[in-house]
Amino acid sequence: MSLRIVVTVKYVPDATGDRHFADDLTVDRDDVDGLLSELDEYAVEQALQISENSDDDVEVTVLTIGPEDAKDALRKALSMGADKAIHVEDDDLHGTDAIGTSLVLAKAIEKAGYDLVVSGMASTDGTMGVVPALVAERLGVPQVTLLSEVSVEDGTVKGRRDGDSATEQLEASLPAVVSVTDQSGEARYPSFKGIMAAKKKPVQSWDLSDLEIDADEVGLAGAWTKVETATERPARTAGTIVKDEGEGGKQLAEFLASQKFI
Amino acid sequence: MAEVLVYVDHVDGAVRKPTLELLTLARRVGEPVAVALGNGAGDTAATLAEHGAVKVLTHEASEYADYLVVPKVDALQAAVESVSAAGSLAAVLVPSSAEGKEIAARLALRIGSGIITDAVDLEAGDEGPVATQSVFAASYTTKSRISKGTPVITVKPNSAAVEAAPAAGAVEALTVSFSDKATGTKVTGRTPRESTGRPELTEAAIVVSGGRGVNGAENFAIIEALADSLGAAVGASRAAVDAGWYPHTNQVGQTGKSVSPQLYIASGISGAIQHRAGMQTSKTIVAINKDAEAPIFELVDYGVVGDLFDVVPALTEEVKARKG
Repeated sequence: MSLRIVVTVKYVPDATGDRHFADDLTVDRDDVDGLLSELDEYAVEQALQISENSDDDVEVTVLTIGPEDAKDALRKALSMGADKAIHVEDDDLHGTDAIGTSLVLAKAIEKAGYDLVVSGMASTDGTMGVVPALVAERLGVPQVTLLSEVSVEDGTVKGRRDGDSATEQLEASLPAVVSVTDQSGEARYPSFKGIMAAKKKPVQSWDLSDLEIDADEVGLAGAWTKVETATERPARTAGTIVKDEGEGGKQLAEFLASQKFI
Repeated sequence: MAEVLVYVDHVDGAVRKPTLELLTLARRVGEPVAVALGNGAGDTAATLAEHGAVKVLTHEASEYADYLVVPKVDALQAAVESVSAAGSLAAVLVPSSAEGKEIAARLALRIGSGIITDAVDLEAGDEGPVATQSVFAASYTTKSRISKGTPVITVKPNSAAVEAAPAAGAVEALTVSFSDKATGTKVTGRTPRESTGRPELTEAAIVVSGGRGVNGAENFAIIEALADSLGAAVGASRAAVDAGWYPHTNQVGQTGKSVSPQLYIASGISGAIQHRAGMQTSKTIVAINKDAEAPIFELVDYGVVGDLFDVVPALTEEVKARKG
């Protein structure tokens, strides 16, 4: 038996840097440092663990959509241990929304061939957290999402979803789409050996025509949502800071009382 | 007047507060029609009517609890089709829970509509509803609208006031036929989260959070004591959760809950970007931290530089004394 895992990853602006919008109100990806979205590292890690714990012949492919620089995200995943990578790159993709992203991912996943798709819980830039559900809808396969524990055995994926009001145990037959949270287990650091090996691993490049997608289905023009304005939030006005000289608790209580909280 | 579908988040018929907030926003855009699914769906009608629901579409079936997400998408799609056939549909509003966003996204794709998630405000516009969102760890505010299909919008808790607005709330049974995908992901076990007796983190008017400075699971008792004196929910930073001091369900920040209470009290939290992303839109922010240089102090309305083990218990006593 073989098991083909596709891990979707995103190259995002560094959240610890200054993130902003470009003139066309898309996320500025040119003037900022980017990296593999931290939340996708957990997806790569879980895919590698599934691979290591399996008796099957497992192949882990990482897939990303994005400009040239997005290859950095693929290289990081390859150096962690993924086997190969696919980079979907096309100028017409600029400004694609979540619905369009799910179309491109689904087409690329189908073209690559898959038994299991593993995604992170959300990107750290858009933070919608809906792409895995959309990809499952597109592919017509079960969604087993927001897992803090995941395992695959005999063609079945099982996992634990810690929801707002309950913890649920989930189960579905492959093929399926899984997403994992930051509670699923710390991602490994690439080893020196891994980094060297990654340089020899294949990275395939596809454009929209390879995926038989028309340019007007994606990009800013094909987006079904429109950002009309983006305004930088005014810095909060400086508040009162006091040093505790034994009266800090009392002073804080007075502030809270003045604001009618007590 | 066009109708607005409001997806009802309820537990065995008890409607959760974010749904009532959605009804306030829905009334700005059209006539609210609520959709309540699963066990106790029929019991939601009275509360929904009090808050403006003109109609309540209900459907009870075991599939909603036994399988993940898709049965609810099937039902919401049936509601969209039924309302659209009878008149016009202005928007579909869904509470921004993890599950709510997944339901909304799949629905949007099926009905050929755009989706906006995590709105913090909603107003009527010439070309359809305009949603306000807070992005990049709340450093930007955007206004967006949906340019294709019926707008599907998820709204974060605490985005609007709950308002009494009595309406008919006529209950109608919704006809749902489940798709063959509905039973794809089976829920084989469910353990309800134990109630702490405190308000829901995302819905609370006051949140008291502890971070690295709390320095141990047992020390969270002093954070909880302050929270209880104020009737607040308890939050924790990622550092505190990763250290195993407090459950992940209470994590505030990018990979945890995003909260927007009237008052947020951060104790022993430095205020890293990951944390700020989850609390920066709070109305009033207060911090207690030993380090005067901690970035959290850039956000505060009132800050105390000091040892939280001195300041927090003193504050708790003072609150109790003032409340009598």
